[in-house]
Amino acid sequence: MAIVTIERKVLQKNDELAEQNRELFKKSGTFVINLVSSPGSGKTSILEKTLESLKGKVKVAVIEGDVQTDLDAQRVAKFGVPVVQIVTNGGCHLEAKLVQDALSNIELNGVNLLVIENVGNLVCPAGYDLGEAMKVVIASTTEGDDKPLKYPAMFRNASVLIINKIDLLPYVNCDLAELKKNALQINNNLTVFETSCTTSYGIKEWSEWLLAKT
Amino acid sequence: MHELSIAENIIEIVKETLASSGGGKLRSVKVRLGELAGVVPDSLDFCFTAITKGTPMEEAKLEIERTAIIAHCTGCGKDSTVEGLIFKCPLCESVNVGVISGNELQVVEIEIDGLERN
Ligand SMILES: Nc1nc2c(ncn2[C@@H]2O[C@H](COP(=O)(O)OP(=O)(O)OP(=O)(O)O)[C@@H](O)[C@H]2O)c(=O)[nH]1
Ligand SMILES: [Mg+2]
Ligand SMILES: [Zn+2]
Repeated sequence: MAIVTIERKVLQKNDELAEQNRELFKKSGTFVINLVSSPGSGKTSILEKTLESLKGKVKVAVIEGDVQTDLDAQRVAKFGVPVVQIVTNGGCHLEAKLVQDALSNIELNGVNLLVIENVGNLVCPAGYDLGEAMKVVIASTTEGDDKPLKYPAMFRNASVLIINKIDLLPYVNCDLAELKKNALQINNNLTVFETSCTTSYGIKEWSEWLLAKT
Repeated sequence: MHELSIAENIIEIVKETLASSGGGKLRSVKVRLGELAGVVPDSLDFCFTAITKGTPMEEAKLEIERTAIIAHCTGCGKDSTVEGLIFKCPLCESVNVGVISGNELQVVEIEIDGLERN
């Protein structure tokens, strides 16, 4: 019987591919965000609002990740931006390899901002680096105020928190101050925005902040 | 359920190691799993068992070593364990803390039968 020491990261391959992606983004001068949330928190809606708001100001491309269908890519394509749909066929998160494959269908040169919409899931995407500059996590008011405590890895790994569906606050059991407190307890460095995609509340602040990053 | 893909990655690493150490029968795999890694130990064990079934690794055991979340405080320079997911230095109350342990997701070592160490 023998013991062989390995000491290797399980996701080392993914991390290496993510670094390759990061190099590509650096070369083309593309700022990349990885949009993550539970299913239905409003990733595509915020993306649509952001595209509307940034129209003519910056060149954007989009990678959509979904378990099935290209419905989200269809929504985004209406804004006249290049979009590639990744269908994971059951996979609960995007991996660097999938993004790398998708990149062969996008001309990155001249693209200032690439938005990757991850699969709706607050657990699995947290550990997979795609080569992005930052993860932007969306929590909507309909999910309650305890999500940061239940999914700490995601909130810890994100740089921005967007609290969406602010318009629904009067109807749901969600304490906005509590939600923010919980999120900042997990990650004090989070930049927090509040938005509503129905009233466009807060979209301008978020878009301008993002624009300044590109 | 990314535990399935994590288990697959672990087995890939084990296979590579087995190949380069001259084969033998896998007895166990030790994995280090941080409390903040977002991987559920029971699910990982379940997936590992499921995908090794009917393979030469079928009898191998997955040993999971958990590591606590430890944060380094940039305020006072001390390290402390993060209890109850409160990312705040218990010594000086500073919230400027960086996680130095707890994200681990590593294959530590494997135990192989029928292989003499050389
Ligand atoms: N009231 C309200 N509804 C919203 C808001 N943002 C999004 N929605 C609605 O929430 C639902 C889900 O929005 P999506 O943008 O598809 O959410 P998603 O996160 O992209 O969903 P998946 O990609 O399926 O995970 C849709 O019916 C949206 O119209 C908001 O700010 N307020
Ligand atoms: Mg969507
Ligand atoms: Zn301190």
